[in-house]
Amino acid sequence: MRRYGRRAPYATEFIIGILLLGTSAVQGEALSGPAPVTQVVAIDKPNDSGGSVLIRWKRSADDGAGMMSVKGYEILRSVEREKGYEHLTVVPAGVEEYVDNTTVDGTSYFYIIGATDGVHRTDSDPVGPVMSSAQWFHQGRLNMLIATVLLSGLVLWFINRAKKGKKLYIRPIAGLQAVDEAVGRATEMGRPVLYVPGIQDMDNIQTIAGIVILGRVAERTAQYGTPLIVPTSRSLVMTAAQETVKEAYLNVGRPDAYNPDLIRYLTDDQFGYAAGVDGMMVREKPAAIFYMGAFYAESLILAETGHSTGAIQIAGTAMPAQLPFFVTACDYTLIGEELFAASAYLSKEPLLLGSLKGQDWGKAIFIAILLLGSILASFGHYFLSDWLTTGSL
Amino acid sequence: MRHQIPLIITFVAGITMIVQYFVPHEPFAALSQQFRIWFLIIATFAMILGVGNIIKIHVERISRARPGWGYSVILLAGLATTAISGIGWGIQPGTIFFYLFWNLLIPLGSTMFALLAFFITSAAYRAFRARTAEATLLLAAAIIVMLSRVPVGTYLWDRFPIVGNWIMDYPNTAGQRAIMIGIALGVVSASLRIILGIERTYMGAGK
Repeated sequence: MRRYGRRAPYATEFIIGILLLGTSAVQGEALSGPAPVTQVVAIDKPNDSGGSVLIRWKRSADDGAGMMSVKGYEILRSVEREKGYEHLTVVPAGVEEYVDNTTVDGTSYFYIIGATDGVHRTDSDPVGPVMSSAQWFHQGRLNMLIATVLLSGLVLWFINRAKKGKKLYIRPIAGLQAVDEAVGRATEMGRPVLYVPGIQDMDNIQTIAGIVILGRVAERTAQYGTPLIVPTSRSLVMTAAQETVKEAYLNVGRPDAYNPDLIRYLTDDQFGYAAGVDGMMVREKPAAIFYMGAFYAESLILAETGHSTGAIQIAGTAMPAQLPFFVTACDYTLIGEELFAASAYLSKEPLLLGSLKGQDWGKAIFIAILLLGSILASFGHYFLSDWLTTGSL
Repeated sequence: MRHQIPLIITFVAGITMIVQYFVPHEPFAALSQQFRIWFLIIATFAMILGVGNIIKIHVERISRARPGWGYSVILLAGLATTAISGIGWGIQPGTIFFYLFWNLLIPLGSTMFALLAFFITSAAYRAFRARTAEATLLLAAAIIVMLSRVPVGTYLWDRFPIVGNWIMDYPNTAGQRAIMIGIALGVVSASLRIILGIERTYMGAGK
């Protein structure tokens, strides 16, 4: 290990070292640098697209203990072991890791970690050479890959079975069985149906699920001749909803009943949208209200206003924090996965039902794996739970 | 072709996003970022459609003097004022747009948000009525958790925080995680249906 003053040039290292040693001998530890870091390692940062090196070390004995003098660690880098080290950055005391994101793939680098007290710096020995490179597979996501392949395989297998005409039993979902009842009620009362597809854009899978269910609901409203109002908070969602409803009306032979003005854009603003939809509820008095998609804090504002109008309300979302509000204020709530199952359930198309069956079997397998992991962990074997959470054993 | 091209785009984009999750190597990492940027550009231009829809609906309401047409006048005036002030003089502090945003839009949004306090009270009242065994259990759990979070709870019984934290950390977390796992499975299944073109309703191609 080398100890020397922070601004001392390398050429005079020896002389300054002698001087510091002499001074230390006279004045004790006051003018010497802090203890150096230990166990320095530099490796290519795993699971990245290249261009970065991970450096780890054990903190100085004077960092948070000993002389308590460490203010930070200076990171130095060079392409040669013995010379040419350039300052990269200084990280605070207590830190034991740094990622150098400025490397060029294929170039060898050496690193020195200098413990500094603000005046003096004590350097580690150089570590290296280390070379950054891009990886072709993210090792930490092996568990996710296996789960995805397993679930996809199950879904495709059941879709194939459905294609061959096998009868598939799907468990009843109360909220979806009530869709016909809700639209029928609106028809009997001569009032419209209000459909709220959430406040997120088309890049959110919940919004897509909401638009898919809208298509099924629109078929029912077209058959019964009930007006369907769809206020949206995103322009793209409005366009997708218009196309979906138009197609649904065509499918049931009622293109004349389609009114694009009922599918309207309100605003991107969260509470502006909530105010707009609340206004529609109070003015139009819909007999049935559907909330299907991604919702945030506006969920209860909408659902409570809808409840106060006396409408039958069916909600579905995969936002766990909003589920209690919908459960409280709505007549039926599709919880999480049921939102994604709704389209298949309502369509009764064999291909879609096959995917639903595969999903249910996937759930059964994952429950079994979780139970096994819990039992093993209870007996002190954590390899399965570790693998499930981190992806590496 | 009207439905084939969107299906091909969906398939390619979906598969690329899946591959980039497992393969950090270029070009996949950059491609996924590129797709996100493209989406933002499309969504921004789609704003024109949204604004056009607002103008069309409200101009029609005014021209036909439908009930509440006066509100449509205010809405269109607000839209024009905000757009012209923002495009004409910018959005930085000191401009008309900045003034309208901080003194009109933000307070109105906050007002709507504040309504939540009243809605939570009325919803909680309905949820906590002990009409069934489940509702009674919910009521008991809610009372314990509420008392564990306020000083008077500790004053009544010093173990309320421990019991309240246990309810939040174990039964509550277990329930939340069960829902999350179900959601993850549902997302995979729904994504697969969309990527493979089995589910087409969202693009107006249900049958």
